[in-house]
Amino acid sequence: MAKHTVTMTINGESVTAEVDSRLLLVHFIRENLDMTGTHIGCDTSSCGACTILIDGKSVKSCTYLTVRADGANITTIEGIAADGTNHPLQQAFHDQHGLHCGFCTPGMIMRSIDMLENNPNPTEEEIRWGISGNLCRCTGYNNIVKSIQQAAKEMQQEKEPTV
Amino acid sequence: MFSCKTSPEVGGMGHSVKRKEDARFLHGKGNYTDDVKLPGMLSMVMVRSPYAYAKIKSINKDKALAIDGVLAVITGEDLAQYGLHWMPTLLSDQQMVLPTDTIMHQSQEVCAVIATDRYIAVDGAEAVEVDYEPMDAIVNPYKALDEDAPLLRPDKEGQKDNQIYHWERGDREKTDAVIANADVVVKERIHLPRIHVASIETCGCVASYDKDTQKMLIYLTTQAPHAVRTILALVAGHVGLSEEKIRIISPDIGGGFGGKVPVYPGYVVAIAASFLIGKPVKWIEDRSENLTNGFARDYHMDCELAATKDGKIQAFKVSTLADHGYTDSSANPSKYPTGMFSICTGSYDYEHAFAELDAVYTNKAPGGVAYRCSFRVTEAVHAIERMVDKLAAEIGKDPAQLRFENFIKKDQFPYASPLGWSYDSGDYEATLKKAMDMLGYDDYKKEQAEKRAQGKLMGIGICTFTEVVGAGPSKDFDILGIAMFDSAEIRVHPTGKAMARFGTKSQGQGHETTYAQILAEELGIPYTDIEIEEGDTDTAPYGLGTYASRSTPTAGAAAAVAARKLKEKGKKIAAHLLEVSEEDIEWEVGKYFVKGAPEKSKTIQDVAFAAYTNIPPGMEPGFEATHYYDPPNLTFPNGAYICVVEVDEETGAIDVKRFVAIDDCGNIINPMIVEGQVHGGLTQGIAPAMYEGIEYDDEGNVLNGTFMDYLVPTAVESPHWETGHTITPSPHHPLGAKGVAESPTVGAPPAIANAIIDALYPLGIKHLDIPITPAKVWEAIQAQKAKA
Repeated sequence: MAKHTVTMTINGESVTAEVDSRLLLVHFIRENLDMTGTHIGCDTSSCGACTILIDGKSVKSCTYLTVRADGANITTIEGIAADGTNHPLQQAFHDQHGLHCGFCTPGMIMRSIDMLENNPNPTEEEIRWGISGNLCRCTGYNNIVKSIQQAAKEMQQEKEPTV
Repeated sequence: MFSCKTSPEVGGMGHSVKRKEDARFLHGKGNYTDDVKLPGMLSMVMVRSPYAYAKIKSINKDKALAIDGVLAVITGEDLAQYGLHWMPTLLSDQQMVLPTDTIMHQSQEVCAVIATDRYIAVDGAEAVEVDYEPMDAIVNPYKALDEDAPLLRPDKEGQKDNQIYHWERGDREKTDAVIANADVVVKERIHLPRIHVASIETCGCVASYDKDTQKMLIYLTTQAPHAVRTILALVAGHVGLSEEKIRIISPDIGGGFGGKVPVYPGYVVAIAASFLIGKPVKWIEDRSENLTNGFARDYHMDCELAATKDGKIQAFKVSTLADHGYTDSSANPSKYPTGMFSICTGSYDYEHAFAELDAVYTNKAPGGVAYRCSFRVTEAVHAIERMVDKLAAEIGKDPAQLRFENFIKKDQFPYASPLGWSYDSGDYEATLKKAMDMLGYDDYKKEQAEKRAQGKLMGIGICTFTEVVGAGPSKDFDILGIAMFDSAEIRVHPTGKAMARFGTKSQGQGHETTYAQILAEELGIPYTDIEIEEGDTDTAPYGLGTYASRSTPTAGAAAAVAARKLKEKGKKIAAHLLEVSEEDIEWEVGKYFVKGAPEKSKTIQDVAFAAYTNIPPGMEPGFEATHYYDPPNLTFPNGAYICVVEVDEETGAIDVKRFVAIDDCGNIINPMIVEGQVHGGLTQGIAPAMYEGIEYDDEGNVLNGTFMDYLVPTAVESPHWETGHTITPSPHHPLGAKGVAESPTVGAPPAIANAIIDALYPLGIKHLDIPITPAKVWEAIQAQKAKA
């Protein structure tokens, strides 16, 4: 198995490693870097539990080779808020009971960050389509939608310049 | 309605406090089984059969073992040396751990490859050479009973055909007689499809055997850690795995829904591998392995409902064929091989009923798990609720009106059902009325009449279900002989903070919050001061686990009773501190005070401190209590669900316009969590109603074994759910509570099916089995057009 040296930034820290050609990015993050907040639910890009941000775009890391991420800037659930603080989406999922078992939650939040970046004020239908690549088996989605609505409002207010 | 006894800061029952467990999940710090990493840990991957029914002629390990990093290939022959190649199922059948000669379903485990990492283990699995001799699989359960059908289970002593058992309850003769003489009899064969729980976390384990201490530590995706430990000790005791040496930790669980109750072969092989090698072994299913092993439902039900010409129900009869796959691994109580299927008489008052069931073997995956359902209640409710709607359509009566005329009345509780249950409480009329008001039922009936006049297809479907949840009582309910009670152990620390442990195991239900709320309600200690732990067999009190909506009815009750024991002890301590006799002490939430002199008081925290520092003479020190709760009856949550759909005649597309769910689960611990559970269950109800079903071809090949073709609803397919409550407390539960999380999974499918059939009725379509997909609707419409 050919080895490749890759360098990438993960949650603000530079990482260099030697990896097999076939190593999937989700395994690199979970096994090599010991960050287990990114989950595996299907291996077919269907469930979205493995969603992370690569250069700001939400990507399902279970079907993404580590070598392809050479030079990339990656963010995982562990990197979206300083220790002891909440990103507005984390706060909103807590406030609105947007999680039950928590397995889909990191992927759902990472996807939502990208969605709100591109559409800061989405309608309910836009939110539902926006997270349709992420499966949740517990919540029935009502409260996930409410969570994203709360976070969108919060993040809009944060962006507005103070007079 | 329920009024809160505690302040929001204390957070007892009725408060929608936010969940205590959220923080770790929101920050990626949950600890699921696949997150466990132990020094020297090996990875295990299964070789699985491409055939549904085959002889294994040979297994050649050589090429796999030649791969650098592959340490072992374990076959059934290897396990047979230790007598571990078969294991008992939870219903006294037996299941192969690994086969020695015959494959019984596609994707069955053939052998296991152990390697230094998962990638190498997969290489090893690819390199194992298995020589199969395929045979003709039995896929259709009706054909399994043919006289010339091959005997699928010659391993079972005395087994002469493919029938597993016959079960019946009720009076066949009287029921048949009433049906024979009734004004109206409606009949239907109803199939509930084979589906999968499809929790987003699959199943798996990390088994770690220490040869020096002889301790076996197992991280396991299980809803019932104590029961699994006992079963493991009973099955593997002969090789030296003794119960006190086995520690099962059920860490965070990524959704269970009944699918994490059974013991899967992979667990046993990983445990055996660790035992033999002396190193930790991890096995985690991939999604296809998960979907093609284990299942729920798969009942074919021939139903007959008899009534007078004006719609008074007189009798119900259901004869069922149950496809169990190659072994009966249903996780049912041993006296109830069909679970609580006899709840099939429903929410209606009539005298005569008969239910029977024949279970058969086929070449399909075993399972029969109680998927978010108290052991076959989903099947039972679907049968009666479809038939009640069919009766309403047949005699031209509004289905809501027909239900009102047949409901068990509020003053008839406790109600003895024709098939032997004692329903504890309910107010079915009020619940249905509330649902109709919330929907605006009459307006929708008018709109439907207008739309029908324009040739448009619109349907309104109702389901008014009664569930039966919370097993025990232990005299009737067990798993492999282990009685179904549950437990709570409370330790109040000297500073007045507390820790409580339970025999159940949350998989997302929010136990760390709701159990703390029960203790806050009883003791007045703020819920934020109480830590809850479950899932570690070394520390938690013994209990049968979380499934069948049993946590609140059993362990929740245990928490209340244990807290009341503490309160009694606290009263004596308070009397000592206040220097009065015990009879002069009264309690209000959080404090003891002197009768007639409320200014003289001691808080529960004062009393806890005194229990360690200033103990009354002769009293045992400490402030701890344990209770094992054996319920006197089950709880009977109920609800009224109404669904409105529109169907496009051109394409068969179904649009769910509204869905209103009114649940009655008695007193509510945390309304936010209950509502969340209902939302989730409703989406798991629309799933089999419109999308999901494991399909097989004639050779036994699974046709949809991935998330690309097994359609779990996304946020787009899942409607905006509208929920509400009526509250009829359970008279026998210490908190007046009932289970709730399974009601929506049970109640939603018939409401949706009834709505779609109501929409299609003007075209002459009177029944469709779920999942009712656009393709199925379109085909039915074309068939009707061809007839006309």
